[in-house]
Amino acid sequence: MNLPSANSLIAQLAAAIKPTLTSNTVLVGMHTGGVWAAEHLHPLLDINMPHGSLDISFYRDDFERIGLHAQVKPTRLPFEVEGRDILLIDDVLYTGRSVRAAMNALFDYGRPAKIRLAVLIDRVGDRQLPIAADFVGAALRVPSHQHIHLVRDDELQLDLKLVDIS
Amino acid sequence: MTINPQLNADGSLRHLLTIDGLPRAILTHILDTAEGFISVSEQEVKKVPLLRGKAIFNLFFEASTRTRTTFEIAAKRLSADVINLNINASSQSKGETLLDTVDNLSAMQADMFVVRHAQSGAAHMIARHVAPHIHVVNAGDGRHAHPTQGLLDVFTIRKYKGEFHNLRVAIVGDVLHSRVARSQIHALTTLGVPEVRVIAPKTLLPVGVEQMGVHVYHDMLQGLKDVDVVIMLRLQNERMRGARLPSSQEYFKYYGLTQEKLALARPDAIVMHPGPMNRGVEIDSSVADGKQSVILPQVTYGIAVRMAVMSILAGN
Repeated sequence: MNLPSANSLIAQLAAAIKPTLTSNTVLVGMHTGGVWAAEHLHPLLDINMPHGSLDISFYRDDFERIGLHAQVKPTRLPFEVEGRDILLIDDVLYTGRSVRAAMNALFDYGRPAKIRLAVLIDRVGDRQLPIAADFVGAALRVPSHQHIHLVRDDELQLDLKLVDIS
Repeated sequence: MTINPQLNADGSLRHLLTIDGLPRAILTHILDTAEGFISVSEQEVKKVPLLRGKAIFNLFFEASTRTRTTFEIAAKRLSADVINLNINASSQSKGETLLDTVDNLSAMQADMFVVRHAQSGAAHMIARHVAPHIHVVNAGDGRHAHPTQGLLDVFTIRKYKGEFHNLRVAIVGDVLHSRVARSQIHALTTLGVPEVRVIAPKTLLPVGVEQMGVHVYHDMLQGLKDVDVVIMLRLQNERMRGARLPSSQEYFKYYGLTQEKLALARPDAIVMHPGPMNRGVEIDSSVADGKQSVILPQVTYGIAVRMAVMSILAGN
């Protein structure tokens, strides 16, 4: 399968997001791919407020089955969540469970005025919750035995990768 | 090699009984996870739903304020149901054995026991006894171990110093009777601190303490020289009655931490104490409240570290 370049998807997302920004909008990236995407989006959007990063390990719904996620990363939200217009960023939207967890996590910091979702890849089919993205880089159908996610190289360049689930 | 009773067959942590024998990777995983829990206390709602529906029993057979309270707060911030049992000598004297107590609480659908007991090995005994789905955390057993205290101490050190591989750490005081010191020494050496010193009179050091990989000093003025971290231990008042020490004034003169003695350490050295402090016995008030003291941050970090331990165990 030919994958689109991460940079062109980010540029495309930035162009779509820009006209909708208000002075109250902040970016919140979801660990880890979403944080990288937010870092790249942020300078393209002229938002003064620094972007936040959100770890959803403590809000996942599979703790009973697989325990705590091996790599818990600190959540940093360098702004008040209360009343904010939040643009949640993730690399891939698939089942929708991570986005559910992210929304629950955000509400424990305050009551946002609005939450919207931007993703590089909308992996269509197999959504398990009534969740849709407001901004989509590309919609892709990926075989169920494969996993798609963002990777970052030593020069901090982003790339999309397909891997077989063993 | 004997099987470590704390670990599952796949090497994951099932109980936390002692730091002795745990691999560095497990300690680092606990510290990294605790880092993630720090932000929970910054939330408007200081709670995460990880342990919703789990019942955690705090079994305290020995008095404790700080440890019991921080375990309780940690469990509540994980959304667990917490039941505190302060079991004093009189209720035990009704004749129920420790394991009978545990069996009865297990029948009430306990998922985890946090155990403080005056007898070394009490938590081990409970861990060997309970059903496979139940986890046990040692919150201090006799002179043996106090692993979550050791972990919160190394977490505090990492917070202030960043790394372990370039540090000199001095532990000062009653090492002989201290489960805290044992857990600290195991944690520090496992994480790669190259120089751990113990500073105490001979009467307050266990025989063969050098075999734990520490350097022994009897003179505090020598022992504090150029250290990055000073950990003071509590001098238990009851020790004064025996023949081990002349008087608390005498002890303070030789082993109490004052500003003058602290000046021998590195200028950016931090001062730690597991509490409760005896001001004027092992530590001078001006040091305890001074700008190098991180004694209160230790308490705060203790919550995040205990949240990490409980959530890792419950998920394994």
